[in-house]
Amino acid sequence: MEPPEAGCSLSLIACSCMSGKTLYDKLWDAHVVRCEPDGSTLLYIDRQLLHEVTSPQAFEGLRLSHRPLWRVKACLAVADHNVPTADLEHGISDPVSRLQVETLDGNCAEFGITEFKMGDPRQGVVHVIGPEQGATLPGMTIVCGDSHTSTHGAFGALAFGIGTSEVEHVLATQCLVQKKARNMQVRIDGQPGPGVTAKDLALAVIGHIGTAGGTGHTIEFAGAAIRALSMEGRMTVCNMAIEAGARAGLIAVDQTTVDYLKGRTYAPQGEMWERAVAAWMTLRSDDDAVFDQVVTLDGAAIPPQVTWGTSPEMVVPVDGRVPDPEAQADAVKRESLWRALRYMDLKPSTPITAIAVDKVFIGSCTNARIEDLRAAAQVARGRKLAANVRQALVVPGSGLVKRQAESEGLDVIFREAGFEWREPGCSMCLAMNADRLEPGERCASTSNRNFEGRQGYGGRTHLVSPAMAAAAAVAGHFVDVRTFS
Amino acid sequence: MKPFTRLTSRVVPLDRANVDTDAIIPKQFLKSIRRAGFGPYLFDEWRYLDRGEPDMDCTNRPINSAFILNQPCYFRAQILLARENFGCGSSREHAPWALEDYGFRAIIAPSFADIFYNNCFKNGLLPIVLDAADVNALFLQTGPGFQLTIDLATQTITTPYGATLHFEVDATRKHRLLHGLDDIGLTLQHADEIRAYEARRAVEAPWLFA
Repeated sequence: MEPPEAGCSLSLIACSCMSGKTLYDKLWDAHVVRCEPDGSTLLYIDRQLLHEVTSPQAFEGLRLSHRPLWRVKACLAVADHNVPTADLEHGISDPVSRLQVETLDGNCAEFGITEFKMGDPRQGVVHVIGPEQGATLPGMTIVCGDSHTSTHGAFGALAFGIGTSEVEHVLATQCLVQKKARNMQVRIDGQPGPGVTAKDLALAVIGHIGTAGGTGHTIEFAGAAIRALSMEGRMTVCNMAIEAGARAGLIAVDQTTVDYLKGRTYAPQGEMWERAVAAWMTLRSDDDAVFDQVVTLDGAAIPPQVTWGTSPEMVVPVDGRVPDPEAQADAVKRESLWRALRYMDLKPSTPITAIAVDKVFIGSCTNARIEDLRAAAQVARGRKLAANVRQALVVPGSGLVKRQAESEGLDVIFREAGFEWREPGCSMCLAMNADRLEPGERCASTSNRNFEGRQGYGGRTHLVSPAMAAAAAVAGHFVDVRTFS
Repeated sequence: MKPFTRLTSRVVPLDRANVDTDAIIPKQFLKSIRRAGFGPYLFDEWRYLDRGEPDMDCTNRPINSAFILNQPCYFRAQILLARENFGCGSSREHAPWALEDYGFRAIIAPSFADIFYNNCFKNGLLPIVLDAADVNALFLQTGPGFQLTIDLATQTITTPYGATLHFEVDATRKHRLLHGLDDIGLTLQHADEIRAYEARRAVEAPWLFA
């Protein structure tokens, strides 16, 4: 073998020589193929998830260089970004979108990759279907040409987004050249109160450390509030790690993880299951592991969160107010606050609950799992959309989530309240399909990014939890879901 | 990939923090299955006054003349000067493709988002991290006619006033960029080690290879 693996990682992390390993250290060390003196490491990738937007140029690259796929069974593909969420029987009307989806179909057929096509009940948002199928397993390295690949870290897997060149690299070599990131722990103890969800925890963390707070780090989320979360909640938290700047988020494996995975299609079965579970249970940071940075929050002190600006760090509690830029001493930051307020058409010091919404979007890889839909439906039950709300979309994360929700009658609750019940896809999270905001429209959204134009040209996005989004839909403006009756 | 060795060019000061990849290249242009042709749509929502669509002819679109890239003194500049956390958000490699296709070869900022930083090196684009104070000083100095010389081999930036700033870049990335090397070809030189890893791992964790 080349230089010893331990030397590889330890040389980069000062002072951790005698201490235990973090979960990230363990996952990294288990996947080192070789290491250069400057720390550049050839890291083995167990699973690559593919979608239509970031893969066509990668497959084209393989063809042009006459390179075969290294390991076809490591790949799983699905079309999600471009797919329509209504009138599926008519196919994709936008010819450019249709060509991209057809290109994925063609590439998967040519290279023999398993793909869940449109109309297949297993089709859905790539970060929803991986875990749902058990294609996401603890201890894996998982990549996808999508920044929200951090979602899969909820399973104690090292999962991160990559660009298209790297997609091609993994297709051709099953490896990536990487440098190890630093270790950050975000610890949330103290149980959040009723109405406060994983989304609120994630937004509070981003508000606390900023959108670049986790840059260069892998964030392990820990503490009693994280342990108490369901797998759905943990996925929401890890999904948002990238909005805090961290390519990867992680949560240690425990019984909740194992219970979620048991019996899923791609999960190991029988005796192999027992062996795997025994290995997975070691996937947690050692008690004496040292983190380069530790951030601590009190979960009990976190209220429901609402973003007011054009970056996920521009977030305040629902009972707060839009900030006043003049209170900011730094000129660059002050101007960026003013720019955000102008774009969002908000005045300084406006109470959050005084902001009216035009549209509501419940969906995305952040919040379109069954638990999210249940939380939103619970608020919507027996109520009606406010008169000023033009449209409220509910877009399940996958065909299987949709089926489950329908079996529980959630679709009826939503429809009776005036919400539109749609087919699975990324939808208005990034508005690549027909679901979008029009210029000037304001949206309460359960997605992950409130960037300028993200949900449609000139659209204005406020990020919230599913329950908060449903409450805004029926009230017509933001309300504190804790006191909403 | 185009190698990067030495570059002398004008500098566009883009005075905004947290410039995200949605702003660099909006989502509708990601429907393309090609790797080229994104340059005309770089910063589309800031550069034009109308809504851009894929394959649109940009020559007659209404221009936002207040946007820095549209000021004639910065035409054909190959260096972009930016504030912290440049390239945050989506992993879309279309962002460096658009910057490169437009003509940029280097970006200087106090910090970059990790995925974007990584993607730049795959496309002959050099992202340079400098101290916030040095970046601020460059913002104060830039203007029409202001040029910088970037030398990757010596890892230096030279200003017209003779000052030299040093920057860090890891050895492997530097080597690949200086010579425009094909990453996949280099990795495949280690195919035997990858196979050996797989054989060992298949014994330790056979469920990963089922």
